[in-house]
Amino acid sequence: MSTPVDPGQRHPAAQPPELDPVVLSALGLSVWYGQTQALRDITIAIPRNKITALIGPSGCGKSTLLRCFNRMNDLIQGARMGGEIRFDGDVISGDIDAVVLRRRIGMVFQKPNPFPKNIYNNVAWGARINGYRGDMDELVERSLRRAALWDEVKNKLHRPGLDLSGGQQQRLCIARTLAVEPEVILMDEPCSALDPISTARVEDLMDDLKNDYTIVIVTHNMQQARRVSDLTACLMLDDAGQDGHRTGILAEFSPTDILFTNPKDPRTEAYITGRIG
Amino acid sequence: MTSAESRFHPDRAARRLVGPIFGAACLAATCTGVLALVILLGAIVAAALQGPPHNPWYALGPNLRELAGLVQKLALGVQSSNPARAGYRVGLAGSLWLLGLVAVVGIPIGVGAGVFLEEYAPPGRLRRIVQTNIANLAGVPSIVYGILGLALFVRAFGVKAVALGPTLLAGVLTLSLLILPIVVITTQEALRAVPRSLRQAALALGATRWQMIRDHVLPSALPGIMTGTILGLSRAIGETAPLLMVGAAGSLLQAPKGPLDRYSALPVEIYNYAKEPDTRFQMVAAGGILILVALLLTMNAAAIVIRNRFRRYD
Ligand SMILES: Nc1ncnc2c1ncn2[C@@H]1O[C@H](COP(=O)(O)OP(=O)(O)OP(=O)(O)O)[C@@H](O)[C@H]1O
Ligand SMILES: [Mg+2]
Repeated sequence: MSTPVDPGQRHPAAQPPELDPVVLSALGLSVWYGQTQALRDITIAIPRNKITALIGPSGCGKSTLLRCFNRMNDLIQGARMGGEIRFDGDVISGDIDAVVLRRRIGMVFQKPNPFPKNIYNNVAWGARINGYRGDMDELVERSLRRAALWDEVKNKLHRPGLDLSGGQQQRLCIARTLAVEPEVILMDEPCSALDPISTARVEDLMDDLKNDYTIVIVTHNMQQARRVSDLTACLMLDDAGQDGHRTGILAEFSPTDILFTNPKDPRTEAYITGRIG
Repeated sequence: MTSAESRFHPDRAARRLVGPIFGAACLAATCTGVLALVILLGAIVAAALQGPPHNPWYALGPNLRELAGLVQKLALGVQSSNPARAGYRVGLAGSLWLLGLVAVVGIPIGVGAGVFLEEYAPPGRLRRIVQTNIANLAGVPSIVYGILGLALFVRAFGVKAVALGPTLLAGVLTLSLLILPIVVITTQEALRAVPRSLRQAALALGATRWQMIRDHVLPSALPGIMTGTILGLSRAIGETAPLLMVGAAGSLLQAPKGPLDRYSALPVEIYNYAKEPDTRFQMVAAGGILILVALLLTMNAAAIVIRNRFRRYD
């Protein structure tokens, strides 16, 4: 069961906007790469069936935070994590089986990365290795439809996925993620390699997926954050210590319309109005 | 303020000159290699065609026919003191045995070790030490492997019960050791070249490491692994020194029937014929080299075919 978490007592920056059912939450999360700290004391509660955007200047740790949620950060040599992450009430930051977790929390990457296989197998592979027992053809079609790609590829399912355009490839990657039926989809700048039309299609798609999935999206595009997200978290770099290193912190987490119209944190305001970052 | 004209010295004439000079130097280097190869092959063919009937060099048809007849005769004949009857049947059979068994023994071990070192071994000092040592082993002269094989497999350090003696199996194990470093290193390089984004894509779907390796990493790396494997096998089939050490027989009249039989190998027999004082044996040796070269070219062609097949999408 998911429980409403109110971590705001300890961490004023993370006041949850409403008492939505929380699906993913971080409590005092810190991340180090070797000796350098990339994130400090992040506390954030991500509500179910909403789109949460992560914004902030380059290098403030948005991708790092996202990768912590499905433990992809474990793959980076020297990465360490402190604090706690919960998913559906269970602690997932400790000694857990990341393989099981990653099926439930999918990820779409910045650069489209289809497998060097045909379109059909790109979608079917994830389901197959997770022991899917149903009708595979049906699953592939349903996933491609949900990713708004079916009509473009239905006659060439056995063509290589890499022969598609960049925007189609990214939707193929989304279809591939949907096929393993995750609960949360993490997207790291999914549109940064796409043209405005493909971007619009992916954004429409996210809006449509919101009913069934929880989406966390990193974006550098303020307009995109405003258009698609329900909530926005603005990460920042703290003031440099004596070694000149700056660590990522969570400056503000609010409903998107509030954050962009009436930011409480002066650094957030400076960032979204383009004065820093 | 100084103008851009005065701050940059484009020197276009000199730059235009340097490029073609460098290109010409590289072309010359290429030609050296090709030229040497052509001369070498020509010399071998000429030596093979030394005997009667003395066709002029430009009579391509008769020369080719003579060559084919010669190769056929050499492939069927066995060791003999009469150059007109001498041939390589036993050595050829031995080399094919070696090739097949080294492929069965050496390649799985080499590829397995490469996969372990690259995909499973935790990075650290131990891995680095093992890695460096394998790289060094690739440069060890082959005669050293012969001595190792002699002590380890042929004599088993004097333990009679497990000593193999100068059998085919001892040769196979020695050659397998010899090609191990090449196979391990090229396997690792092929695995390292698999893009990280592909691995991440697989893992992010909830794949285990094994599923990722089996379905994505190995297939992408396969062309590279094949290249390394064929390189290793080509080296094994051309080796003479280590086989002399571990007791490949120079004059044997029977091809081996199993791994525990005595054996000979093509390069060993070539070496023996080339040593003969009778100049008519030079023709025999040259013909043997042609057979060996043909074998190597066939293997490389096979490698290219297999490589292209695997590169296709499934
Ligand atoms: N693999 C890594 N090894 C070491 N340090 C890393 C690694 N990945 C990220 N970092 C460091 O962690 C900090 C946060 O990086 P991260 O990629 O999370 O930032 P980001 O907010 O996603 O930036 P961008 O908007 O440019 O993508 C940076 O200082 C970066 O140098
Ligand atoms: Mg990033």
